[in-house]
Amino acid sequence: MAGTWVFVEHRDGNVRKVTYEMISKAKTFGDEVSAVIFGKGIEGLAPEFAKYGADKVYVVEGDIFASYNTGAFVAQMAAMIKEYAPNAVLFAHTFNGRDFASRLAQKLEVGLATDVIDAEISAGKGLFTRAIYAGKALAKVEITTSPILATVRAGVFEVVESAGAGAVVKPAVAATEADVYQTIKSFEPTVSARPELTEADIVVSGGRGCKGPEGIKVVEQLADLLGAALGGSRAAIDSGWLGHELQVGQTGKVVNPTLYVACGISGAIQHLAGMSSSKFIAAINTDPEAPIFNVADFGVVGDLFKVIPLLCEELKK
Amino acid sequence: MKVLVCVKQTFDTEAKIELKDGKISDAGINLIINPYDEVAVEGAIQLKEKGIAKEVVVVSAGSDKAMDAIRTALAMGADRGILVKQDTAADEYQRAVALAAAIKDENPDLILAGHVAADDGSSQVPTRIAEILGLPHVNVITNIEIADGKAVCTSEADGGTQVTEVSIPAVISSQVSWNEPRYPSMKGIMQAKKKPVATIDAVAVEPKSKIVEFSLPPAKTAGVKIEEEPEVAATKLADWMKNTVKVEVK
Repeated sequence: MAGTWVFVEHRDGNVRKVTYEMISKAKTFGDEVSAVIFGKGIEGLAPEFAKYGADKVYVVEGDIFASYNTGAFVAQMAAMIKEYAPNAVLFAHTFNGRDFASRLAQKLEVGLATDVIDAEISAGKGLFTRAIYAGKALAKVEITTSPILATVRAGVFEVVESAGAGAVVKPAVAATEADVYQTIKSFEPTVSARPELTEADIVVSGGRGCKGPEGIKVVEQLADLLGAALGGSRAAIDSGWLGHELQVGQTGKVVNPTLYVACGISGAIQHLAGMSSSKFIAAINTDPEAPIFNVADFGVVGDLFKVIPLLCEELKK
Repeated sequence: MKVLVCVKQTFDTEAKIELKDGKISDAGINLIINPYDEVAVEGAIQLKEKGIAKEVVVVSAGSDKAMDAIRTALAMGADRGILVKQDTAADEYQRAVALAAAIKDENPDLILAGHVAADDGSSQVPTRIAEILGLPHVNVITNIEIADGKAVCTSEADGGTQVTEVSIPAVISSQVSWNEPRYPSMKGIMQAKKKPVATIDAVAVEPKSKIVEFSLPPAKTAGVKIEEEPEVAATKLADWMKNTVKVEVK
């Protein structure tokens, strides 16, 4: 068996950190680990994966792979799986990664564990931990179909450097234009100097207590001082103060940063589900009975409009 | 144009999860249409109101209880329903196979579904259905324009907004921010009772994955809670951030 493959998540050669997290985790399985990258003009990236222990790097170059499209990527990966027979293939649980893995899993008629937060893989068997009900419960999922497929949540596994051989393998290109059934008309990056919510080390979120866009501005000041991602509770999103892509909770994103700062957020169950796994939680809320204080490591009963500006001053000292 | 919407019945997102005999307990839990699917139902009804869709068919795979989810969608304005009777513990592969079989018989021009279910959070079923039916798909959409046999979809992608064009029939999965689902009117609820709902059995296939254990995450315990003058509170919080969390200020 040709070990574990980690599919590299990148846009125009900018590799997402979750790729290195997956390679680092895959190294703990004790089997060969390979990075698999599809793209255009990306061969120079191969040594990057060796730094984290990739024994091999499968590089697939071509115009058809310049940006992600499901049809061509699935056709290429299916052909490579047939040729090289990996024991397992890991994808990032992202917009593209889960799309890719789901379509591939059905094409191969195999099982798939998505958004996994823990993984143990041995020959022919994968045991994965998944957060269900947005983290209110956990499920252990066993997959014994071949190859074992999973998508991995960003930010849960540590990146560990370890030198690997990184031998470059160039598989034959199997995908053709006939495999493509989606036309990507445009991609507009969100203009934000802040880190992405699900990958950020610190998340600062605002809720109903912000009372309006002015309150969100106060929360933003703290976020920027800490180099944090900005998030919001459903109340802040539904009021139109923040876009839905910034919602933390059961119908939004699940985050697990080192520090989560909840500002003016009461802590409804569906919000707690999205942030309770954060390493440290701080909360600022005027209501001493707010449920957010039941999960906060450090709670301040107070007005965010008064506390946050003073907090920013103190942090700058 | 015929639009088919897949809906799953899920626990209310405000529900507290408890285990009973090693399984997730549904005792006393309010059941709803998965919020992402509810948005897909609303999207389909709006296509009908715009004159683009002629008929909206709702299909759900689940137990007899899922009939409530179908009736709710009918009360919102869908025309008829199909209940595919299936064990609620079915895996994503089994559900996709069961739904795809029902969809194939209907031969719709557009298949809508939520991009993820609020319970299992798998995000697999719509894409699996597309593969089974050999149709294009687009996920996590916040807008759709249909013209000339094509669907132009705007998606909430990671780090940006993507616009994707596919030919129809296609499977399109929705993000919750696509629209604001309507509440069924009293008239809608009365009409829904008379709308036809067919019941069929799921295609029997073996699962491809197995849940071997359910558990609850370790309960988070409350730490320090201070109620002091803002100046004092801010100083203490800053000290905690610097010394315990070890944050770095930019």
